[in-house]
Amino acid sequence: MQKMLDENYYKLLHELQAVDFVLVELNLYLDTHPGDANAIQQFNQYSQLRHQIAHKYESQYGPLKNFGQSYSGTPFNWIDAPWPWQV
Amino acid sequence: MWVYEKKLQYPVRVSKCDPMMAKFLLEQYGGADGELAAALRYLNQRYSIPDKVVGLLTDIGTEEFAHLEMIATMVYKLTKDATPDQMRAAGLGDHYAAHDNALFYQNASGVPWTAAYIQAKGDPIADLYEDIAAEEKARATYQWLIDLTDDVDLQDGLKYLREREVVHSLRFREAVEILKEKRDEKIYY
Amino acid sequence: MKDQVRYWKPFVSPFDPCPPIRVKSYSTPPQLFIPFQPPNLPQFTPFEALKYGTLWPALYSPYNPKNFRQEEGET
Repeated sequence: MQKMLDENYYKLLHELQAVDFVLVELNLYLDTHPGDANAIQQFNQYSQLRHQIAHKYESQYGPLKNFGQSYSGTPFNWIDAPWPWQV
Repeated sequence: MWVYEKKLQYPVRVSKCDPMMAKFLLEQYGGADGELAAALRYLNQRYSIPDKVVGLLTDIGTEEFAHLEMIATMVYKLTKDATPDQMRAAGLGDHYAAHDNALFYQNASGVPWTAAYIQAKGDPIADLYEDIAAEEKARATYQWLIDLTDDVDLQDGLKYLREREVVHSLRFREAVEILKEKRDEKIYY
Repeated sequence: MKDQVRYWKPFVSPFDPCPPIRVKSYSTPPQLFIPFQPPNLPQFTPFEALKYGTLWPALYSPYNPKNFRQEEGET
């Protein structure tokens, strides 16, 4: 059974990739600038936003993370295709 | 430990059926300055470097695995529907003989990845300078890969990866400044 | 873009077998000129940042394929 991906899938994924990328950049910046309060505030703010978008994504397209870092549907839908390199 | 996230860091698109480009891209998969070498280099250096820069090595090393997955995606998309004849025409006949269409950790010339590509000298400055050099060499490799394709979508992903080398290089340069501990001196220029 | 590329002119011998490339170039991206990133630099939006590969315009380094690269002095 092949899962069809709609336009909304790519839109939501892109949104998550954008917000997560800001977090990667801020994280690396803070690794060498641990005292920058503005950047820390922005980091925490985006971390909260990230959770909201990830929650929305997972409720429609299944778990993003393994080992219990995401809730599972029934049956266990972590194992469902497509995988990231296939989409 | 590590947790896998079921998404790419960047939306990789490949628009031209060009299996020969897959062969060239392997330089960044299993080559000396590729993403596998980068990830393993940084994550291994963590154990003997001053605590102050372990976080940076951990995070950049982790990001390199996301880049490895992007390169794998490009190679996968370029070869998954290639017939044996197309593989042969793309200069991948020898690859096909040993691996079918499977990915393998080798460089563009088919040389298998080796731990000899990466260094851990135990001297924090020597190790960080190696890391800066590795980022600049990977940046250059991405430039030559961009030169080798006219697929604008593939170029787009490669330009993104090239820019990441620029940012990583800057962070490693900052790590050197931190280890110099120039107290009472302005650290911003 | 222009200030992130440097040019040089290699010696051309009358006995060179291929048509000479008279001007060669190489990249000099921003990290070479920022020893330590200052705080509060202007930022891209999240979608722009993902597209450009960095959150900060000051760190952005464009790259044009060599096949189409302009020579020094051309516009």
